[in-house]
Amino acid sequence: MSPTVTSMERVLTTLGHREPDRVPLFLLLSLHGARELGLPLREYFRSARHVVEGQSRLRARYGHDCYCALFYAAIEMEAWGGETRFFEDGPPNAEAPIVTHAGQIAGLEPPRVADCARLRQVLDAISGLHERAAGEVPVIGVAVSPYSLPVMQLGFDRYLDWQIEEPEAIERLWRINQEFCVEWANAQLQAGATAICYFDPLASPTITPPEVYRGAGWRIAQLTLARIAGPTATHLASGRCLPVIDLLAQTGTAAIGVSALEDLSEVKRACAGRIAVIGNLNGIEMRRWTPAEAEAAVKEAIAKAAPGGGFILSDNHGEIPWQVSGDTLMAVSEAVRQWGEYPLPWRDGK
Amino acid sequence: MRDAFLEALLDTDRLAAQRVLESARQPAGLGHALDSLMMPALERIGALWESGELALSQVYMSGRICEDLIDALMPDKGGNGACSEPRVAIGVLEDRHALGKRIVLSVLRAGGIPVRDYGAGLSVEELVERTRADGVRILLVSTLMLRSALRVKDLVAALRAAGLAVKVVAGGAPFVLDRRLAEEVGADAVGYGASDAVAIARRLLGGEQ
Repeated sequence: MSPTVTSMERVLTTLGHREPDRVPLFLLLSLHGARELGLPLREYFRSARHVVEGQSRLRARYGHDCYCALFYAAIEMEAWGGETRFFEDGPPNAEAPIVTHAGQIAGLEPPRVADCARLRQVLDAISGLHERAAGEVPVIGVAVSPYSLPVMQLGFDRYLDWQIEEPEAIERLWRINQEFCVEWANAQLQAGATAICYFDPLASPTITPPEVYRGAGWRIAQLTLARIAGPTATHLASGRCLPVIDLLAQTGTAAIGVSALEDLSEVKRACAGRIAVIGNLNGIEMRRWTPAEAEAAVKEAIAKAAPGGGFILSDNHGEIPWQVSGDTLMAVSEAVRQWGEYPLPWRDGK
Repeated sequence: MRDAFLEALLDTDRLAAQRVLESARQPAGLGHALDSLMMPALERIGALWESGELALSQVYMSGRICEDLIDALMPDKGGNGACSEPRVAIGVLEDRHALGKRIVLSVLRAGGIPVRDYGAGLSVEELVERTRADGVRILLVSTLMLRSALRVKDLVAALRAAGLAVKVVAGGAPFVLDRRLAEEVGADAVGYGASDAVAIARRLLGGEQ
């Protein structure tokens, strides 16, 4: 491995569907920064400085190939007037939906990023991470897709009901969500994010039939991604992707985050040369992996998806649970260094 | 007829589903139509979701249509289980996302099992208290995040400490992704999809149902 290869070069090479020096590793550890600083999660997320310091220490420890600028998904709902419930050992969750009857949607306007102090904190964290990265490490921002955000805005069951019962209200909600998503994603890019993770679990056929996605979420993704002024990766948050890979490829996204429920070889074959694959270590099982199990999982994922490039090793959900130990994370990191060096001679028994 | 009912549900065609159900009830009664038509359709839809062939939104909408049909054709069949024995209850531990709970509720009602709906965002203490107050025999606990799935262990311990002999059935995404989790948290049973719910409930109720 050449010592001169930076994380940025490694990631860009694989996104170009070529083999870099080794398989890039994205450890998406948004919560774990709090543990690094010995802070409760609520306190940790109160300050951009905490996040910059936490993420920097994590990368120094595990040597992964990105800075994750995600605070937590529900932070977007705070911009819309929602509230967040914090836990001591898990991701903060959105509290009650902000819309409870369809008539409210007519009066809803997209919040402005500049008006929301919490979003400005995220931008400050991105700026700080961008400075630390010095162009050598990608900084990943996150924006929830206009198609998936209504799950938090309305509640999941109401959202599904209203797509049939209140189609005009839902169309309007998608439109204003798109305005917010584009402004939010571009603000992150302007603050120094290298790329945006377009978080779109509802694009997954696990949640939405492909023909329904094609009629709404896919159209929205095409329009939205075209207005985001930088590269994007679409994450389906543990949902399956195989039946919609062709559609996702046409949205202009550069990569997809894929599920532990699908075979990585099959996903890679379907994506090859068109979209890079990010995944798919099982974050839930990871909690009780031994170092040997972590090594085996890493080795299997690399064997299935790494040849030819176009692959970033990561978890399947886009966030590694709080309960995963530092020893396991270290075992994953070491296994990538041991087994991820191209040209992967061990795959041929050499 | 089974195929026609299944197709109507997957097309979200309420009227077509009702027509098929009405046809099926003529010879043998509505109860038989629910058992022979509605339950198998919902179980099939749930199984197709588990194998990745259908989407969760289709499972949900199918359940909604079946609930509406039950309410319309047999208003005393489902209810909220408030006055019915045996006592089965369902709730979402800590999380706000109630879709999985809602789907399981629909399937249980279609299966003729009255269920009390405790809602979402519940604490361990609230679930223990309500289980005790209602004399619940089977408590179905839905979770979304790993954190809340692990809290099922605290719930089971609290129920046992309170001397309650309730059977706990765990469900939700973390249990699907980690097949050893249910055993770890001490659940009496686990459902990997809504289609499992009726069989589990009937098994745990034994001769009571």
